[in-house]
Amino acid sequence: MNTINRSGWKPEMGEVDVHAPEDAPTASGDRALNLEEPLIFELRAADGAGKCGVDFDDMPDAMSPGIAKFARKKQVELPALAEPETVRHYTRLSRQNYAIDLGPFPLGSCTMKHNPRLNEAVARLPGFADIHPLQPMDTVQGAYAVIEQLADWLMKLTNMSAVAMSPKAGAHGELCGILAMRAALEARGDAREVILVPESAHGTNPATAAFAGYGVENIPATKDGRVDLEALKARLGPDVAGVMITNPNTCGLFERDMKAISDAVHAAGGLVYCDGANFNAIVGKVRPGDLGVDAMHINLHKTFSTPHGGGGPGSGPVVLSAALAPFAPIPFVRRDDKGRLRMVEERQRPDQAPQSFGRMAAFHGQMGMFTRALTYMLSHGADGLRQVAEDAVLNANYILRSLEDVLDAPYADAGPCMHEALFSDDDLPEGMTTLDIAKGLIDEGFHPMTVYFPLVVHGAMLVEPTETESKAGLDRFINSMRSLAERAKAGDQSLKSAPHFAPRRRMDEARAARKPVLTWKAPPGPAGEPALCELGGS
Amino acid sequence: MTIYFTEDHEWISVEGSTGIVGITDHAQEQLGDITFVELPEVGSDYGKGDSVSVVDSVKAASDVYTPVSGTVTEVNTDLEEQPELVNNDAEGEGWLFKVTLSDKSELEGLMDEDAYKTFLESL
Repeated sequence: MNTINRSGWKPEMGEVDVHAPEDAPTASGDRALNLEEPLIFELRAADGAGKCGVDFDDMPDAMSPGIAKFARKKQVELPALAEPETVRHYTRLSRQNYAIDLGPFPLGSCTMKHNPRLNEAVARLPGFADIHPLQPMDTVQGAYAVIEQLADWLMKLTNMSAVAMSPKAGAHGELCGILAMRAALEARGDAREVILVPESAHGTNPATAAFAGYGVENIPATKDGRVDLEALKARLGPDVAGVMITNPNTCGLFERDMKAISDAVHAAGGLVYCDGANFNAIVGKVRPGDLGVDAMHINLHKTFSTPHGGGGPGSGPVVLSAALAPFAPIPFVRRDDKGRLRMVEERQRPDQAPQSFGRMAAFHGQMGMFTRALTYMLSHGADGLRQVAEDAVLNANYILRSLEDVLDAPYADAGPCMHEALFSDDDLPEGMTTLDIAKGLIDEGFHPMTVYFPLVVHGAMLVEPTETESKAGLDRFINSMRSLAERAKAGDQSLKSAPHFAPRRRMDEARAARKPVLTWKAPPGPAGEPALCELGGS
Repeated sequence: MTIYFTEDHEWISVEGSTGIVGITDHAQEQLGDITFVELPEVGSDYGKGDSVSVVDSVKAASDVYTPVSGTVTEVNTDLEEQPELVNNDAEGEGWLFKVTLSDKSELEGLMDEDAYKTFLESL
């Protein structure tokens, strides 16, 4: 048996042993630590009279005519709860949710799952946390040094010539890279029209190319889930600005032909964008600059462990090749001749960055994420980062090889996977679907994996454990997946209505998408009379 | 009236120079519950193979390509409120748009029902 709490110890309070039936109702609707919770507006309605957690100033008697015309005609329908009620409301809701600090997130994602606490401690140091981007430069030399050092690590890890630190997330980084490519092509008087995007790329890649004004054309994948090099070569020509390749790709595979792809694209006058969202699988092992990549974004919120999804902004610095370096966006940090760190801004652009394509963000990027990412790098060291890649790949392969006998793994024969293991629904019997397995995982106490993506695989189940899961944790997940696959194959119909033990049963996703109800309306009758927060005087 | 099929799982039912276009029953089954259909604008001209419509399902958003060149003359506005018509009757009430064909010879490159069935079996 692979269960938790093997000792069977329970905090029994007495000798009486009369069991209640499992579905016995309680008067409150709560069931011990399984808490029900109404909407915040329903809470207000249930309590009747209006109240307010704070005292507002009385409204001034005379408002200036310019403002008076905007005065509200009726009261604002705020929930009107006291502070403890509000705190409990959100805490109770949070207990119905799954979180990175509760258990594994097997989602194949561009986001890290564990955010080391050391990062948080460093980011909260007042010298980093309490500064402003418009402070005099001499007062924030330490923060600039963090940016400079992080940029140096990113360039060395990728063997690239420059890095744009300001992009705020992966797709923003993609746009930055493509705009740099466009600027470089236009600077040589060779504006081109088309970006080629393979089927195995992230969905954001074609969107980015289109947003930057390029036409997008698909390149098919080979049977083993990688870019079809011959099809790519056949399409290259004077109209092709470049390619966007996700490596490792969304099938969890390393694009082995990357160097040949880059050489072919460069020979045809194009440039190579690499989506580096999955860099955690190759950091310390492969330098994309060695593979001919011209631009690549790095998700600090994945490879370098900064929080995202679990509660933080993304950060997507873009490393650039020597060919693209002159076109990098402002602002960036540079040392002056006295060794002081200076932010190169609009004013210095004519002298110091004449070919820069412009600006991606108001300031220099996500400073709070820079301190966290650099903390992660320094606490791991170069050898530790290499181990991150090794462990991420090892964990994904452990899952792939532990489940390939019960679930179809379409690319299992193509060799080891990288950061994620990909399964299809081909081995599931008629009537049993990927969605049933995903919903069953909720009953098992896990967040489901990514389902129905990538599209090249039928009924895809994409699992990314990352490097932070222990072997025991992986075994628990594998055990649950095996059990679900076996139940599906045995035709266990209870899977069709899973989850059974979650706060909510299976949602009608089609109806939710077709007829979404996005605003709360008071039910008719006295019980539903809104109890409004009294704003201001009478 | 003759029905033709494409490798991208669209059907077109042609009478005279007017065609009715939709996605095949196989396509709706693969997509799962359809939640939204983005329809083309009436009066717009498209070339064969252009992406003219998007079908959203709980699993994915998929482009619909027109099997022939021509002008869109009518769209199935019932789908705005009832996208599930595509699931219930993809090759009937779930049609997407009507098109006036500008080049009937383009139909020669499409599959008839038997050829499409054989094509599906080969997938």
